[in-house]
Amino acid sequence: MRRLALSDEVLMRVEKPARYIGNEINSVVKDGERVAVRFVMCFPDVYEIGMSHLGIQILYSMLNEWEDVWCERVYSPWVDLDRIMREQNIPLFALESQEPVKNMDFLGITIQYEMCYTNILQILDLAQIPLMAAERGEDVPIVIGGGPCAYNPEPIADFFDIFYIGEGETQYRALLDCYLANRAQGGTRRDFLKRAAGLPGIYVPQFYEELYHADGTVRGRKKLYEEIPDTITKELVRDVTEVHYPLKPVVPFIKVTQDRVVLEIQRGCIRGCRFCQAGQLYRPVRERDADRLKEYAAAMLENTGHEEISLSSLSSSDYTQLNELLDFLIEDCSRKHVNISLPSLRIDAFSLDVMSKVQDVKKSSLTFAPEAGSQRLRDVINKGLTEEVILKGAALAFEGGWTRVKLYFMLGLPTETEEDIRGIGDLSNKIAAAFFETVPKDKRVNGKVQIVASTSFFIPKPFTPFQWARMCTKEEFLDKAYLTKRGIMEQLNQKSIKYNWHEADASVLEGVFARGDRRVAAVILEAYRRGCLFDSWSEYFHNDIWLQCFADCGLDIGFYTTRERAEDEIFPWDFIDCGVTKEFLLREWKKAQAGTVSPNCRKQCQGCGAGRFGVGRECGGKL
Amino acid sequence: MKVRIKFAKYGAMKFIGHLDMMRYFQKAVRRARIDIRYSEGFSPHQIMSFAAPLGVGIESYGEYMDIEVLSMTSAEDMRLALDRVMAEGVEILSVNVMPDTVKNAMASVAAAAYRIRRKSEDARTAVAYGGEDAGGGAAEGFQIANLNEKLQAFLAQEHILYTKETKKNVLELDLKPGIYELTAEPDGAVRMLVNASSGGNVKPMTVMEQFFVFAGADIPQTACQVIRLETYADMAKEGEAHRFVPLAEMGKYI
Ligand code: SF4
Repeated sequence: MRRLALSDEVLMRVEKPARYIGNEINSVVKDGERVAVRFVMCFPDVYEIGMSHLGIQILYSMLNEWEDVWCERVYSPWVDLDRIMREQNIPLFALESQEPVKNMDFLGITIQYEMCYTNILQILDLAQIPLMAAERGEDVPIVIGGGPCAYNPEPIADFFDIFYIGEGETQYRALLDCYLANRAQGGTRRDFLKRAAGLPGIYVPQFYEELYHADGTVRGRKKLYEEIPDTITKELVRDVTEVHYPLKPVVPFIKVTQDRVVLEIQRGCIRGCRFCQAGQLYRPVRERDADRLKEYAAAMLENTGHEEISLSSLSSSDYTQLNELLDFLIEDCSRKHVNISLPSLRIDAFSLDVMSKVQDVKKSSLTFAPEAGSQRLRDVINKGLTEEVILKGAALAFEGGWTRVKLYFMLGLPTETEEDIRGIGDLSNKIAAAFFETVPKDKRVNGKVQIVASTSFFIPKPFTPFQWARMCTKEEFLDKAYLTKRGIMEQLNQKSIKYNWHEADASVLEGVFARGDRRVAAVILEAYRRGCLFDSWSEYFHNDIWLQCFADCGLDIGFYTTRERAEDEIFPWDFIDCGVTKEFLLREWKKAQAGTVSPNCRKQCQGCGAGRFGVGRECGGKL
Repeated sequence: MKVRIKFAKYGAMKFIGHLDMMRYFQKAVRRARIDIRYSEGFSPHQIMSFAAPLGVGIESYGEYMDIEVLSMTSAEDMRLALDRVMAEGVEILSVNVMPDTVKNAMASVAAAAYRIRRKSEDARTAVAYGGEDAGGGAAEGFQIANLNEKLQAFLAQEHILYTKETKKNVLELDLKPGIYELTAEPDGAVRMLVNASSGGNVKPMTVMEQFFVFAGADIPQTACQVIRLETYADMAKEGEAHRFVPLAEMGKYI
């Protein structure tokens, strides 16, 4: 029987010891002596969040399919175990073998959101790996970063040996082969990194230096070796139907956020909402064949025993084979007593019909994401949803028995006025009114309608048309939230409307990290040293420490957040080519300011640049 | 058809709590393609119930759950099908089709047998009881001289009183009526048979703590590994005090 890394005594002291014992169904155990490469895949947050992430399941399954590789998993030890590990000097361990991470060849960290940056340092620190890549010796694992935040890797560049830019399925074999060849030839760590830097999608930050103008903006980059590339182009899967898919995902013992089979139906999105980073990064849209998905659904349900299945994509309603797939799932799942959950569906007659078949109408709620309160501002952000469509959808739903509606908005979008903010209350009110109009008194099931409007604060992200935009200050954000609240209170149906908003401090910090440069690393390191960890958990977020660290490191938050960028400014992430061109993004930025919408890819190609990959059905090979 | 499944839970699996074990088995039953019966209604659930919850950290070779199935080939087929989809540390020990008249496992629980041993100094995780990895005898004993005599003297007391603090008040309770047997094992560990019914459940470590005080042994709780060996129903006839029968065998007594 496997020995556990933690003693019984420690495991009995921490909350949810199941987070640390591995042994889950479908987790892969190999003989460590008989593989050539030991890999640990990490999601730098608590187990329940990390285990819910599809990307890790994909890479874990793909790497383990290769006989010469053993891929294991590790997540952030929760604060209770974190303390014990530091006190007792227990090295961070991989879940499967329970062996120290520091003994592995690679540590791959998926970086899904900016607020996990201090958790990355925790992982390295507990693993007893030097935090700075430049200080790592020959026997230390190669630390690789991937995921959406790797598209602006500069704020965390100092901590990684390699960033893998783009979809993970394509280059890992080449990267590992490169590692094995280097080892066979007795090459050093640096030799390997030099070789790796020549692979598509692979970025080795320590071989580049960021140069600045006197005003602090980026002047350019200097590279250490002539032969390494100036631009790193993202990797993407050409055929998403044929690419590896994890048919035996790991099944956790404890309840996790995503405790279900996840079917990724497509990558990319045709919509082009101007605030959305994913919509640009994953272009062009690529659909997975419905017949293949049916096979996957059956196999995955059988291999996991999950009682729920969910579709995953940025906009499921745009999947062209949705009818066919859903017909199959509804039939098959009802026979197997499996629930279907359907996120990201546009509300219309079709989706309401489907939803009424798969969920308890009385208990479930409808979700609309208008993102902005007025049509004018929705045109600015290129969100195609109109008030008419929302009200029609809501009325249809109310007729069908739904009584709960969730609305998502953003505050602080470019060009936003008080008028736009008031629109949030108006729209919420109109939806409530639609309920009272459509549903006669005697048919009101719970007697009332419940509308929950939530706002988040807009954070400009790299590789979006809003990468040039000014972000609001904390005070501006809070004023806007207050105005929203007042706008809702003034409504006739205000009793039916509930309003939620986020805290603003963390949004400001996220704004710095999102568009930060290499100098930001010093602040992250300092904040971590002063105890910041789990910053995405509001109860552990210490804004005062962060502010002090910025001050002590001599960095101005406003430089990164509230400064509107000039059209010709060089961004820290410009050396990465994510497919869409800067010219396209600038064009969209100008159209946004003029309030002009752009049709979606299916209506009319906008020539974003991603067409050159030659894989998008919509792209028609256009550049 | 009512089916009673007996399983063992040890090693790393002792850290999986009761509710998570229920979720684990719900998924396992699906993986094993067992034709389990579902309840009616909008969100049907499997007809499945567990005998006696096991605390986190305790190992067991006598866990039970009842399920209802619509069809099955044989008990042994089902045992194999389930055992094939288990995680390391959970074993399906037996599957028995029960007469419809038998009381369900949860309502039947009357007593449980436990072994309490000392964890070896470097115990990372407990080794399987009786399995090939089982630790060598003496290392698991408590090294208390004349252990059995002391246990008998302890049990011979008229009352074994202890105070239990609940949120509301402090209770003075007597353990004695709930302890049916208490003996030393050849390797120096302790074996006990105690009340495990919902009304009078006796926690083995509560007994051990009182005993350690009685015997003047300074052994911390964290040094003890509790292992549940079997769970029993009481099939006593009129006039009999007790007749403890493993839950798996209840069918024979009807
Ligand atoms: S090239 Fe055209 S169709 Fe293709 S992703 Fe870009 S805008 Fe859309």
